[in-house]
Amino acid sequence: MFIKEKERMCLAVPMEVLEIKGKEGDFLDPHRAVVKAQGTKVEVRLDIVDRPPEKGDYVIVHAGFAIHTLSKQEAKKSLELFEDMVKNV
Amino acid sequence: MKTDKILLDHGSGGLATKNLIEDVFMKRLANPFLSPMEDSAVLELPPGKLAFTTDSFVIDPVFFPGGDIGSLAIHGTVNDLSMQGACPLFLSLGLILEEGLEMAELEKIAQSLAQAAQEAGVTIVTADTKVVGKGQADKIFINTSGIGIIEKGIGEIGIDRASPGDVVIVSGYIGDHGASILLARSGLPFESQILSDSAPLNTLVDDMLKCVPSGVLRLLRDPTRGGVATVLNEIAQASGVDIKIQEEQIPIRGEVQGVCELLGLDPLYLANEGKCIVVVDKDYADSLLSVMRRHKFGKNATIIGHIEEKAAHQPKVLLQTNIGGLRIVPVLTGEPLPRIC
Amino acid sequence: MSNKTKPFQDKKHVDTLAKAIKALVSRPLKLMEVCGTHTMAIFRHGIRSLLPDGLELVSGPGCPVCVTSQDDLDRIMKLASVKEVVIATFGDLIRVPGSSGTLAQARAQGANVEIVYSPADALGLAKKMPQKQVVFLAVGFETTAPTVAATIMQAKAMDIENFSVYSCHKLMPPALDALFQDEDLGIDGLLCPGHVSSIIGSVAYEPLCKKYKMPCVIAGFEPVDILLGIYHLLLQIKDSSPQVVNAYQRAVPYNGNPNALSVMMQVFCEKDAIWRGLGKIEKSGLGIKDAFGHFDAGKRFPFSVLSRPEPKGCLCGDIIRARANPPDCPLFATKCTPVTPIGPCMVSSEGTCSAYYRYGRHENR
Repeated sequence: MFIKEKERMCLAVPMEVLEIKGKEGDFLDPHRAVVKAQGTKVEVRLDIVDRPPEKGDYVIVHAGFAIHTLSKQEAKKSLELFEDMVKNV
Repeated sequence: MKTDKILLDHGSGGLATKNLIEDVFMKRLANPFLSPMEDSAVLELPPGKLAFTTDSFVIDPVFFPGGDIGSLAIHGTVNDLSMQGACPLFLSLGLILEEGLEMAELEKIAQSLAQAAQEAGVTIVTADTKVVGKGQADKIFINTSGIGIIEKGIGEIGIDRASPGDVVIVSGYIGDHGASILLARSGLPFESQILSDSAPLNTLVDDMLKCVPSGVLRLLRDPTRGGVATVLNEIAQASGVDIKIQEEQIPIRGEVQGVCELLGLDPLYLANEGKCIVVVDKDYADSLLSVMRRHKFGKNATIIGHIEEKAAHQPKVLLQTNIGGLRIVPVLTGEPLPRIC
Repeated sequence: MSNKTKPFQDKKHVDTLAKAIKALVSRPLKLMEVCGTHTMAIFRHGIRSLLPDGLELVSGPGCPVCVTSQDDLDRIMKLASVKEVVIATFGDLIRVPGSSGTLAQARAQGANVEIVYSPADALGLAKKMPQKQVVFLAVGFETTAPTVAATIMQAKAMDIENFSVYSCHKLMPPALDALFQDEDLGIDGLLCPGHVSSIIGSVAYEPLCKKYKMPCVIAGFEPVDILLGIYHLLLQIKDSSPQVVNAYQRAVPYNGNPNALSVMMQVFCEKDAIWRGLGKIEKSGLGIKDAFGHFDAGKRFPFSVLSRPEPKGCLCGDIIRARANPPDCPLFATKCTPVTPIGPCMVSSEGTCSAYYRYGRHENR
């Protein structure tokens, strides 16, 4: 029911992982995540992500593949770091 | 003899053609002009200037959320006449059918044509059907031409009439049609459906023209192919002015914004089939806006910007962005989206 | 607007940063960005209009499509002319000119060209069309190359016979090194790419920063991200303290993504590459290793193409290094226009020459 992701190259917003499918290292049933994206759900591949995400984590996506995972806490912390950086301007 | 697909025979001019016209079209579109099936419709027109327009429809997919090629073919031509300040009256209908087209689909389209014409208050007075071999057309192509009358007293409406100080209004949410079609083509499952905004604007325009003195309404334009950005650039060029719009003011549905983010599109360049851009003397902007908002197809009319003196040799369209920056809205370059209407 | 992007588009933050940036600019300065997504974001939000006079943002070779060489395009056009070949490509590449036309023109003349958004889509095409030879044009930097590597590995595991890849992949750090070697370089600071940095890490810029005393800041794509990046570059310039600052912590780890790099290097190996407008840069490209040679379109379709010199006079190299302006180029607005682009600065729809041609010297100034 969910189709492979068809998107432009760089999506800047981290997307929430709703479900994990497939098996790590199995190309016939590739490891992938179903993520929430702008009013729809898309599948992204997990072959090259730095850390395999879990449900509830966020991923940054490029060309149909996740390139970076961050947990809710990490996302929160990096947002705080960011706001600090802005505050110190 | 009923068949479930269009055959070449249906275009031969013989019995099959006659049956096709009667069973599919006359059943739904009959009227005193069309039914005699004369070579030409003979019409008596009310007084006023004659407006005449033509448009061909090759949209893919033929059926889309919010309409189909039939309703679109009526709305498109009705709107082109309305944009000129004309009251649309009579339409011609030319169909090119691909051999193999499902009869059920053609019947559905004929029904849409009839319904849309009735709702818009226009009559299809003459028609023609041709059939080409499989692969020589894509399902169905439609041409509608239309005539309307610009009543006396309606001021001149023209794309070169925008004047510094004038206000730019858009009649509602932009990008719905383009986003709907692209979403349908992409196959992406979306949580909420995006419907094409295909609609006839003649009664809205009628209300608008009646509420302001002649000449105050400078121009009307429907932002179809190429979207709002393309129309604004055309206005800027033709009128020799700059146009400044506010990103914050532009009405876009959240779902359309979402599709654009996902597919890498700018909603300013997406087609609209039930919207118009209005340029009006600033002293009448507010009253025009309230009249528009009372109409079904103008509920979300918004002021999006204004006309300025052109600052440089080339007229340009400027956008004040959500973060307070300023940038140009360029003319569309590169591949526009194919077969959007 | 989604809650997630609210702080990154906050007008108050934008105003604060714009003021702070203005206060830091006391002489003409030029900052280079090398990321197609940065180029577009800067244009989309009207960032330049918020910067003080004297501060210029220069578009570097950050659009991998735009720096694809004429030679590569000529070979691609030759591939496209093979009857059973279906070219699968990212959209923008169809406008890039070879010595005798573009893929768009080839398509109009009957070549089979399909637009895809992901290398996985290209593999999907091959599965759907077993009687055709699908050739995927692999264009991109270190963000895209690992995705292509994973796809090639998948093709091998699934024994897909009718899929191959023509690699035009390029590496960012060697290109930056080649650019910054110039003594006449007019660039005072580098806004580092967003997602390339997710892969190579902020560590990758340390040698560059040290060697050339070049201020480097990694920034995200939202307006506040970009302004924050510019602000930090200006701070470093003011204090004459070049360093690598990561202002995109939420997406860029210090060491990048070792998994992605490892996948990339299982399939690809470094090779010299020609960059449109810049010429040959050593070890700046990626070629497919012998172990996956079966999927190398260059090996599967081994025809040679006569290497033609790129049109003489193209000043992109100098324009990218902020040593020249578009009107200085003899080809600008004559042979080289947005409809008939020659160098990457015009091929990119928001490249320096394209923007200059369409909007004049500066947007809105």
